Amino acid sequence: MTGAGTERRWGIAILAALGLLALLPLARPREDVLNFAFLVLLSITLAESWNILAGYAGQVNLGHAAFFGLGALVTRTLWSAGIPVLLAMAAGAATATVFALAIGAAAFRLRGAYFAIGTLALGEILRTTVGNVLPEISTLPARTIASYRLTQRYYLALVLAGISVIVVAALATSRAGLGMRAIREDEEAAEASGVGALSLKLLALALSTALAGLAGGLFAFYHISYYPAHPFGPQWTFDALLMTFIGGVGTLQGPVLGAVLYVTLKEYLALRWVDIHLLIFGALFVAIVLLLPGGLVQAAERARALLGGARRPA
Amino acid sequence: MTLLAQQLVLGLLIGGLYGLAAAGLSLVFGVMRVLNVAHGELIMLGGYGAFWLATLLGIDPFASLALVIPGALLLGAALYWSLFGFVVRAPEETRVKNSLLIGFGLALALHALAVRLWTADERSIPTSYAGAVLTLGDVSIPLVRLATLVLALVLIGALQLLLSRWRWGKAIRATAEDWQAALLTGIDVRRAYLLAFALGTALAGAAGALVTVAYSVSPSIGLEWTLKALIVVVLAGLGSMAGTFVGGLVLGVAEAASAATFGGPYREIVGLVIFVIVLVVRPRGLFGR
Repeated sequence: MTGAGTERRWGIAILAALGLLALLPLARPREDVLNFAFLVLLSITLAESWNILAGYAGQVNLGHAAFFGLGALVTRTLWSAGIPVLLAMAAGAATATVFALAIGAAAFRLRGAYFAIGTLALGEILRTTVGNVLPEISTLPARTIASYRLTQRYYLALVLAGISVIVVAALATSRAGLGMRAIREDEEAAEASGVGALSLKLLALALSTALAGLAGGLFAFYHISYYPAHPFGPQWTFDALLMTFIGGVGTLQGPVLGAVLYVTLKEYLALRWVDIHLLIFGALFVAIVLLLPGGLVQAAERARALLGGARRPA
Repeated sequence: MTLLAQQLVLGLLIGGLYGLAAAGLSLVFGVMRVLNVAHGELIMLGGYGAFWLATLLGIDPFASLALVIPGALLLGAALYWSLFGFVVRAPEETRVKNSLLIGFGLALALHALAVRLWTADERSIPTSYAGAVLTLGDVSIPLVRLATLVLALVLIGALQLLLSRWRWGKAIRATAEDWQAALLTGIDVRRAYLLAFALGTALAGAAGALVTVAYSVSPSIGLEWTLKALIVVVLAGLGSMAGTFVGGLVLGVAEAASAATFGGPYREIVGLVIFVIVLVVRPRGLFGR
């Protein structure tokens, strides 16, 4: 559907947009504007991280929150112990990745829906355990709160979103990415044509969980107080899934568009009706799976084809 | 010792409902190869159906089954026509994956709808006989929970009877066995799918009503019950409703035993761990017959 050229062009366009967003704090915006932009950027990283495994390698991970949560847990613990936050975040991402690879070989014996429900159960196991072991709310010490700078968090989110876009763009245009897409379409056929399915799936899992762990670390750096089990909650998986599907699963730009749309509508709707956005997005998601499996990206392609843009074959 | 016996009995009692919850999921998955992860939300809706009938019309929760079950049957048919009927046209791999995604979106939407209609509070149905217990030695058995266990057994038995005696029941089983062969012998496979999905939803509705009268209902019980049903299906395999019921009892007792050993909060984990282990050891065979 989309060639390497399209992904490169979108990659440049998105990075340019992120570059412009770097100027936002200079305009001294209201705090809620900066918080909103932060949420969009965090969501882009989360959605792209889920997209790597599901969109490219075709493995629907319903326990993605486990890796986001692990990143948050380790980052928060180390950072509170006085380790610099960037180092703590790296450790968080490493923990999420190591954990993922440790279970990966077993998990990938499961195919399709079995992988999905297996990871769903895994996520719930972690969430329940963390909730039991650490029932107390985690709050930053007063000293840290006094020196809290939102701009710092914002730039970190911007850099992370940039990294996730670069990783996906590099993957999409690489030989490994091609192999992953072959696995997604037909694993047996891919193996028969010499694609090492297990190692590529593990690579996708490692990249996906490392980014999810980093996003979790950012969450831990951003929030002043939260329950340690909260980032393990299934809603983080749901969010990633919804944003990716609404935008267009298996494309570079889809999760970015999905994240912008999702967070915008969510914030707008939440002002009027609490939680109604899930009713709307749940229904929208079902409609997309049934009618428009390529999401917004596919809708745009169809519209362009209708308007006569089909002269140039993609 | 008494405490342990008491906990095991309570585990057995809720296990019957696990079996009933799993029976609907097992039927739908076995026949249609559609994994409906919104099954727990259908249970939740059945629970609120009974709650509404009790609070608005004053109908006894056990009597309300006579309305909840037909209502859920119709809801199941509507869901089949509007959503899941489109999925069964796809080849099996895509079918399972798409049904999973649709069920997932449906679960989110139903959860949000329930929060709007009934708020996020936990609800239960107070009855005059709620406190009645049967005492056996040192162990006391709440009668309402015992009644839900018996009803779960009756409903699963009725389903088994339908599947083995009724003309369409046989058609459903034939479709589960091999839909292409069923099609060749002149069975209307689409209708068998529709019936299986409607029956599965009806069982979910009944389970929900029983859960609400013996325990409580809130919009967020969906995921928990979907997982319980999945665990039981994994434990018991497909094809035997009696096996599913026993699987439910086993899960209930295992949960009670682990809660007694490691403490209450770990109740949920034992089933999930069993689930993951079975999945990893028998990656394809778990749902096998």
